[in-house]
Amino acid sequence: MRSFDFHQSGEIGDAAGALGREAAIIAGGTNLLDLMKIQVMTPERLVDITRLDGLSAIEADGENLRIGALVTNTHLAGDSRIRAGWPLLSRAILAGASAQIRNKATTGGNLLQRTRCPYFYDTSQACNKRAPGTGCAAQGGAGRMLALFGTSPDCLAAHPSDMATALTALQASVEIRAASGEIRTVPMHEFYRGPGDSPDIETVLAPDDIVTAVLLPAPRAGTKQTYRKVRDRASYAFALVSVAAIVKVEDGRIAEASLAYGSIAPHPWMNHAVEEMLVGQAPSDDLFARAGEALTAAPAPHPDTEYKRPLLRRTLIAALREATGLSESAHGVDTARIPA
Amino acid sequence: MKDFTMDEAQPRLLDQTGMGIIGKPLPRRDGKLKVSGTAPYAADTPHPARMAHGVLVRATIPRGRVAGFDRAGIADIDGVIEIVTDARLSRNPTQGMAGEATVQPGDEVHYHGQPIALVVAETFEAARDAAQRLTVRYETTDPGGVSPDKPKDTEIADPETAGDFDAAWGAAEVKVDLEFTTPSHVSAAMEPHAALAEWDGDRVTLKGSQQMLRFNRNELADSLGIDPSKVRILSPYIGGGFGSKLGIGPEAVAACVAAEKLGRPVRVVMPRQTVFDSVLRRSETRQRVRFGATRDGRITAISHDDTVSNLDGESFAEPTTQASQFLYGADGLSFTQTVARISATPAGSVRAPGEAVGMLAFEAALDELADKLGMDPVDLRLKNLPEKNPMTGQPYSARRLADCLTEGAAAFGWADRGAPGSRREGDWLIGMGVASAARSNMLVKSASRVRLHGAHAVVETDMTDIGTGSYTILGQIAAEMLGLPVDAVEVRLGDTDLPGASGSGGSFGASSAGSSTFLAAKEIRERIAEKLGCAADDLTLNDGIARGGNIEKPLAELVDTEIVAEASIEGGKTAESHFSAGFGAHFAEVAVNEWTGEVRVRRMLGVMAMGRILNEKTARSQAIGGMVWGLGSALTEDMQMDRRDGHVVTRDLANYHVASHLDVPSDMVVTFLEERDDMANPIQSKGIGELGISGAGAAIFNAIAHATGARLHDYPATPDKVIAALEARG
Ligand SMILES: Cc1cc2nc3c(=O)[nH]c(=O)nc-3n(C[C@H](O)[C@H](O)[C@H](O)COP(=O)(O)OP(=O)(O)OC[C@H]3O[C@@H](n4cnc5c(N)ncnc54)[C@H](O)[C@@H]3O)c2cc1C
Ligand code: SF4
Repeated sequence: MRSFDFHQSGEIGDAAGALGREAAIIAGGTNLLDLMKIQVMTPERLVDITRLDGLSAIEADGENLRIGALVTNTHLAGDSRIRAGWPLLSRAILAGASAQIRNKATTGGNLLQRTRCPYFYDTSQACNKRAPGTGCAAQGGAGRMLALFGTSPDCLAAHPSDMATALTALQASVEIRAASGEIRTVPMHEFYRGPGDSPDIETVLAPDDIVTAVLLPAPRAGTKQTYRKVRDRASYAFALVSVAAIVKVEDGRIAEASLAYGSIAPHPWMNHAVEEMLVGQAPSDDLFARAGEALTAAPAPHPDTEYKRPLLRRTLIAALREATGLSESAHGVDTARIPA
Repeated sequence: MKDFTMDEAQPRLLDQTGMGIIGKPLPRRDGKLKVSGTAPYAADTPHPARMAHGVLVRATIPRGRVAGFDRAGIADIDGVIEIVTDARLSRNPTQGMAGEATVQPGDEVHYHGQPIALVVAETFEAARDAAQRLTVRYETTDPGGVSPDKPKDTEIADPETAGDFDAAWGAAEVKVDLEFTTPSHVSAAMEPHAALAEWDGDRVTLKGSQQMLRFNRNELADSLGIDPSKVRILSPYIGGGFGSKLGIGPEAVAACVAAEKLGRPVRVVMPRQTVFDSVLRRSETRQRVRFGATRDGRITAISHDDTVSNLDGESFAEPTTQASQFLYGADGLSFTQTVARISATPAGSVRAPGEAVGMLAFEAALDELADKLGMDPVDLRLKNLPEKNPMTGQPYSARRLADCLTEGAAAFGWADRGAPGSRREGDWLIGMGVASAARSNMLVKSASRVRLHGAHAVVETDMTDIGTGSYTILGQIAAEMLGLPVDAVEVRLGDTDLPGASGSGGSFGASSAGSSTFLAAKEIRERIAEKLGCAADDLTLNDGIARGGNIEKPLAELVDTEIVAEASIEGGKTAESHFSAGFGAHFAEVAVNEWTGEVRVRRMLGVMAMGRILNEKTARSQAIGGMVWGLGSALTEDMQMDRRDGHVVTRDLANYHVASHLDVPSDMVVTFLEERDDMANPIQSKGIGELGISGAGAAIFNAIAHATGARLHDYPATPDKVIAALEARG
C-alpha cells in the first residue's frame, strides 16, 4: 500500500471538494483496500464518506424505496420491505461474498466494485483497465472469468456484482450528487459504460461525483422474481453467470418479463429481444430453449469463456422454468411471488 | 537414550494399562488458544526490540538473471533499510525431509514468482510498498517450456511392473483405457508462511511456521552455511501446513540472512499471493488408467501411467500411482511415470501426495470397468482384493478394506441406489458413488523425552502440532502409560532443543512421535517397577498409584526425584516383512442440477480402519478434514497457471476455491472399524488425515456419473464441465 492522505468529513460538500482524479471514496473498503494493498489502486487521498448524514437509511417514497448509498449489504438484504417486495434483490445480495464482507460492504461500493479479471489484480501483467495503454494480458491468457458480451478489443473483463444485476432487472436508478451540489438520477442500464478504448472508465460518474442513493421503483404486481447464480462452489464465489428474472404469467401466457444477466459483460447485461420473444407466449421448454439460443448467439471473445454460452443458455432456461412455475424452485435458489 | 527398532510385533501394552485415556475423545489442548486468536503464531510472538520487517520481492519473468535494481522509484518511501540479496537465499522451500539446502540461485531466475530479494524496512507497510514498487532489471533467457503440454524436457522412469502386463492386457475380455487430468493444487493453510530471526553471536533462533523441525534445522543450517548446533527453531503453534511447511522456506532463510547482515531481528511474513507464487504446489497430472478383466469381473491387467511436472533441480515427483500399486490384484501390473520439466512454481508434497490425485483417476476408472462389466462397483472391488501386495508380495499387516466396503454399503443404503440416471428430485439428478480409500503408512525415526516427578509428567519432543492434535494425543499416551490424569501431563513441542521427532508429514506424526513417547514412558515404567521392587510386567499404574508385587505406593511418594527417560524409534524388519497401509471406503450421494451442472454433495460416509485410534475426536476431525479436501479436489480446487509465462493466475483464496461450508454436507459421517496394526509400531496405530482424502473425491465423481449417466474425466467437476458432459450424453 502506498501512503495516502485521509480525509474524513461529516459534510457532503466538503467531501466532494476533496475528491478528484487522484482521490478515491472509501465506503466499506472491502474492495478498495484489497486493491490498494496490492497497488492496483493507488489513490493519493482517501475520502471517507461513512460519516456523512442521510446516506444510511432505506426510506419509502410512496411505493418506491430510496436506499442510501451507505446502507450495508446485510442491512439491505434483511430489510423486511425488500424481502417482501423486491426479494430478488435480497437473494442476489445474499448470493454474494460472505456474511463478514456483506456486513461492511455498502450499496454504493457494491455498484462500483471492480472486475475480478486476475490480470487486473496482478501488477506484473499488462492491463488497460489498471494501467491504460499497457495492453490486455487476459487475451491469450487464462480467461475463465471474462465476459461474453459487450467487450472491446481493449478489455474483455466482466462486472461481478450480483446486486447490480438484480437492480438492473428491477429497473432501479442511481442517484448522484455532483460537486456543484446538483442531484441527478441515472437508470441502471445507463450507469455503466462499455470498455471501448478506455476500460479504466467504467461508469458515467465524474471523479468528484458521489453516489448518494439507489431508487427502487414499486414492484410489479403479480410478478414472480428469481435470481439464479451459478458459481464454482456453493457459496463465497463470484458468479460464472447469473440470471435475474421477473416474470408475470397471466391466463397461461407470459404477460411481462424483465431479465438481466450478471458476470457475462462489463456491466449487468440486458437483451430486450429475449423479453420480446417471451411476452405473449405460453411458457414451455421449447420457448425457453429458443430464448436461450437467441441470448447466446454471439461467439465468445475468448476461448476460455466459450463455456459461458451453454451455461448461460441453460441457466436462463432454469430461471424461466422457476419463474413461470414449470419447475419447482431449486434448493438454494429462492423464488418469490409478488402479490397481485 | 533407549533406541528401538521396529523389528517384530510388539505386545499391545496400551490395551492393558487400563486408564481408559487412549482413544478417549478429549478436546484439543490448543483448541481454545486457536479459536480465540491467542495462540502465538510465528508472526504474532512478541516482537523483539529493534525488529525490522522484510518482504520478499518476486521475479516477474520465467527465466533469466537479475541485472540490478533501480531504487529511484522507492526513494520517497520512508524507512526502507536495505534490499538484501545474497548467495544463500533459496529459490523455494526445500522438499520434505530433504535435510539440506535447496537450490540457491544467486542472481538467476528460474520461475515467475521466485523470490529474488528481501526488502527490509522499519515497518511492514514500507517494506511491502518498496517490494512492490522496486524496479528490477532483468536479462531474460528462453524459459524453454512453462507448461506441461510443452515442457522443455521430459524424464520417463523405467516402468514398475509385476507379472506380464502386456500379455494380460492383450488377453483381457473386457477393457477400459481412460485418460484423466487433475489440476495443480495449493496447500492453502490458513496461516501464511512467516519467520522471525534473531542472532545471538554465531547462533540464530528462528520462530517459524514449520512442520518438521529435526529436518528444518539441518536445512536452515545448510542454507546458511553454519553448523546445525548453531540453529534453534521454535514452532509451537502452526496454522495448518498440508505439506507446505515440511521444508524450510525462502522466508526463513531470508529472515536469517537479513538479520545477520543488519545485526537486528528481522521478521518476514509472506503475503497470501507470495504463498501461491513460491510455495511448493501439487503438480497437475495427466493419467492413463487401464484395467483388463475377465467377463465375470476378475481383474487381470492393471496399468496406471502418469505425467507430472516440476521445476528442474527438484527431485520430487507426485507419486501418483502409489495406491494403484497395492489395492487390487492382477496377473500383470505396470506403472510408468513421466516428469515434465517446466520453468514454473515448483511442485512438492501437498496433503496425501500420490493418493490424493492418483486415486481420483484410478478409482473412477475402476467404476467405468464396473459399468462395462455390468457389475456393482462394491462387488467388483471386493472380488479383486489380493492376498498379498501385488507388486512386492508382502502380506498386509492389517487390512479391513472388505469390511469397510461391506459395512459402509449397508450403512449408506447402497443397495437401494437404483440404475444410473434413475433418480430425480425436480431438476436435480441424484446419484451415489463409492471408492476405496488407501494410504500407505510409514514409521519415521522419532525421539521423545518423558520426565516424571511425583504425579506430574512432562513430554518433550520437537514434534509439531499443525492443527492435528499432537499436543493432545502425546499427553494421552503418556498419561495412559504412567497412570496419570491427562491434566497431570504437560506437553512441550516445537523446539529443536528438544529430542528430534518425526515431525508432521505423511500422516506419520502421531504414530512415530506417539511411539517414541510411548517408549520413553515405558522406560519410566520400568524404573518405577525397579523402585517398587516388582517386575515391569507386574506393574500397574492407575490414578497416580503404583502397584506391583503386593506393594502399593502413590507416585507422589515413590518418585521423589525426577525420573527422565528418552527413547527413539525407527522402522526395522517389519517394514520389510509386511506392507502397512490405512484402508477404508468412501460413499457419497450427490445432486446434479440438470440445467446448470451444479453439483451438491448431500451426504458422505467414510468407513475406515486405521489401526488403534488414539483420540476418537481428533481422529474423526482429521478424517472429516481429509474428506472435505477430497470434496474440494472433486468439485472446486483448481490452481490455474498462465500458459505463456507459467505465472500463477489464481493467487488468493477468492480465486482458488477450497470447499466452502455450504459445499460440505451436514450429513458427513465417519466410522472407525476396530483395528490394531501390530507390524506398524508399538502402539499399533496408523496415519489418519490423508486416508480421509484418498479416494473421497473419486466417490463423488462416481456419484455424478451415477446421477447423470455421464462420465467426466477432468477434475474438478465445475458446472462448465458437467454441462459439457450432459450435452455430450444428449
Ligand atoms: C472475497 C470477496 C468475495 C466477494 N464476492 C462477491 C460476490 O460473490 N458477488 C458480489 O456481487 N460481490 C462480491 N464481492 C464484492 C463486494 O460486494 C464488494 O467488495 C463490496 O460490495 C464493495 O462495497 P464497499 O462499500 O466495501 O466498497 P469500497 O471497497 O469502499 O469501494 C469500492 C469502490 O466504490 C467506490 N465507492 C464507494 N462508495 C461510493 C459512493 N457512494 N460514490 C461513489 N463511489 C463510491 C470506491 O471509491 C471504490 O472504488 C466480494 C468481495 C470479496 C472481497
Ligand atoms: S480483460 Fe480488461 S481487466 Fe483484464 S487484463 Fe484485459 S484490460 Fe485488464
